Amino acid sequence: MGILEVKDVNKRFGGLQALGNVNLSVADNTVHAIIGPNGAGKSTLLNCLVGKLIPDTGSVMFAGQSVLGRKPFEINQMGISRVFQTPEIFGDLTVMENMMIPCLAKRDGSFRMHAIESVLDEKALREKAESMLEEVKMLDKRNMHAASMSRGDKRRLEMAMCLVQEPRLLLLDEPTAGMARADTNNTIDLLKEIKARGNITMCIIEHDMHVVFSLADRITVLAQGTPLVEDTPENIKGHPKVREAYLGESA
Amino acid sequence: MFGLEKKDATLLLIVAVLTMCAPFILNPFPSDSGLAQFNAGYPDLMQRFVIFGIFAIGFNILFGLTGYLSFGHAAFLGVGSYSAVWMFKLLSMNVIPAILLSVIVAGAFALIIGFVSLRRSGIYFSILTLAFAQMSFALAYSVLTPITNGETGLQLSLNDPRILGTSISADGGIPVTQLFGIEMRSTYAMDVGPWLFQFNAGYYLCAILLLLAFYLSIRIFRSPFGLMLRAVKSNQQRMNYTGLNARPYTLAAFVISGMYAGLAGGLLASMDPLAGAERMQWTASGEVVLMTILGGAGTLIGPVLGAGFIKYFENIFSKINDNVLHQWFAFMPDGLEDFMVTIVHPFVGKGWSLTLGLMFMAVVIFLPGGLVEGGQKIGKLFRRKKAAEDTSPAAKTPAE
Ligand SMILES: Nc1ncnc2c1ncn2[C@@H]1O[C@H](COP(=O)(O)OP(=O)(O)O)[C@@H](O)[C@H]1O
Ligand SMILES: [Mg+2]
Repeated sequence: MGILEVKDVNKRFGGLQALGNVNLSVADNTVHAIIGPNGAGKSTLLNCLVGKLIPDTGSVMFAGQSVLGRKPFEINQMGISRVFQTPEIFGDLTVMENMMIPCLAKRDGSFRMHAIESVLDEKALREKAESMLEEVKMLDKRNMHAASMSRGDKRRLEMAMCLVQEPRLLLLDEPTAGMARADTNNTIDLLKEIKARGNITMCIIEHDMHVVFSLADRITVLAQGTPLVEDTPENIKGHPKVREAYLGESA
Repeated sequence: MFGLEKKDATLLLIVAVLTMCAPFILNPFPSDSGLAQFNAGYPDLMQRFVIFGIFAIGFNILFGLTGYLSFGHAAFLGVGSYSAVWMFKLLSMNVIPAILLSVIVAGAFALIIGFVSLRRSGIYFSILTLAFAQMSFALAYSVLTPITNGETGLQLSLNDPRILGTSISADGGIPVTQLFGIEMRSTYAMDVGPWLFQFNAGYYLCAILLLLAFYLSIRIFRSPFGLMLRAVKSNQQRMNYTGLNARPYTLAAFVISGMYAGLAGGLLASMDPLAGAERMQWTASGEVVLMTILGGAGTLIGPVLGAGFIKYFENIFSKINDNVLHQWFAFMPDGLEDFMVTIVHPFVGKGWSLTLGLMFMAVVIFLPGGLVEGGQKIGKLFRRKKAAEDTSPAAKTPAE
């Protein structure tokens, strides 16, 4: 039994079958990559995991509990954090303020009225936020306006915001898209280190095969909304069906 | 100081000095000079400045921080006024219970209206609040006449019970509002040469409450709660996926701003104990929106500036009539004088709202950050000039 169990999930958008009978089991403390061509339904699958979409049929269990019917903020509190395909950050706030919000959310839950205390007095949280920024090599940008940063920086900030929550399951939707090569390598190193520390499971959607093969323990290939194969990276590399359906066209 | 950052403490101090010295600052012209009509330092108007300042500060906590634009905040102001007048009728002429009740009742109203309206965002939220406010206005105007006294408005009378006070004052009239014996209307007039400065008890009560309201708003802005409100404005999606429920945050902001409006309404009634339905009308709700945007939404001081600006225009520009204009242009030849008066006429007197509208448009187009942004730009200009002057000699002399 994996920490994440997706069973027979279907999702239609009008006439389009975006997900057809998706079954996915992600083992605890592993990195599971989902690859597939554009429009395969990868992001749609993640949307079904975090409560952005509700599958038409099927079940999604996380750590033995169903996520269906829960609101996104409740699902996050179960321990699922997500990095989006297009960065979702607080553009009007500074980098440091962006980091403070998940820290406060982690400590105080979905709502707490700290109206009189100063946010500057939250020393412990600030230190936590700063050390996370240090890890993604963004500490020097802490007072920057988040909206004014490059796409790659926004992505790294979003990843830091998710990581600082210490989620049980981290969902990454193309985390290195739009990043420079050096930043991509930094990201791989960071994710490796996070993985080595343990107690975290990751689901990563990625087009960059270098990233996938450096990180993944298992890979699922999705095509037209249905899992084609699921196997170890070594086997996937040599799989004829995969070469034909996906690797063949991108490599 | 008071748990504030240096910058914020300075701002609070400036506002404190300005409000405390307002009777001087607003009366710069000798009473017999031609410019005396631009003086705004009389009690009635000064009270309005600070009361609407409080209203706008509260509105800014909702609109400036969360971006939720309410078009119905006058309803809370009106509810506050009615509550206060009822307190004067039933309990006593002391303003403290009246103000407390107006804040509480307005808060309760805001809780109900906010709970429903915040199910939607954007324009639908605005429309819902507008609908609620118009509903309250209509109710106050007709249906709830026993409570609001309909068109006439709620007033005090000699028959009111006032169980902790007296129904009739010693001289046989209706007693006046007071704070532990200090009458709100009592004014100390100070003659300094040709100047007349007026110090009014009611004004100082309002000013102190404004300072408290302003202080609280700074604390809210700088708090984790304030940060969450700004997060709501910036990206609700990210907020949800970070495990935060935006709804209670916005509702709390809505109720707080409703209570500020209630405080303003209670103070209006405490200065002049009557309350009418027109206080709840949509134009009144629109006015506080204008004040906040004009001054600078989301800034600390902006709403206060905006409120002062609009109230000054409403009360001072509206009094400039053709006679005054003729005096101004008297130095010109007759034909030109008449021409100038004709040109300026539509912008003053009853046309003050035209001038205000044009200024509002100019501010929104050229200074989206409101008057505060204008101030900052001017400040920067000066600093750059000063810096240029400072650096040239400093470059030669080594620092000590
Ligand atoms: N909210 C939506 N409404 C309608 N169609 C959608 C929606 N989200 C995704 N789709 C469609 O579903 C398919 C899968 O999309 P997506 O999951 O984003 O693919 P991927 O992330 O694998 O590139 C695409 O054809 C896309 O157009
Ligand atoms: Mg996608």
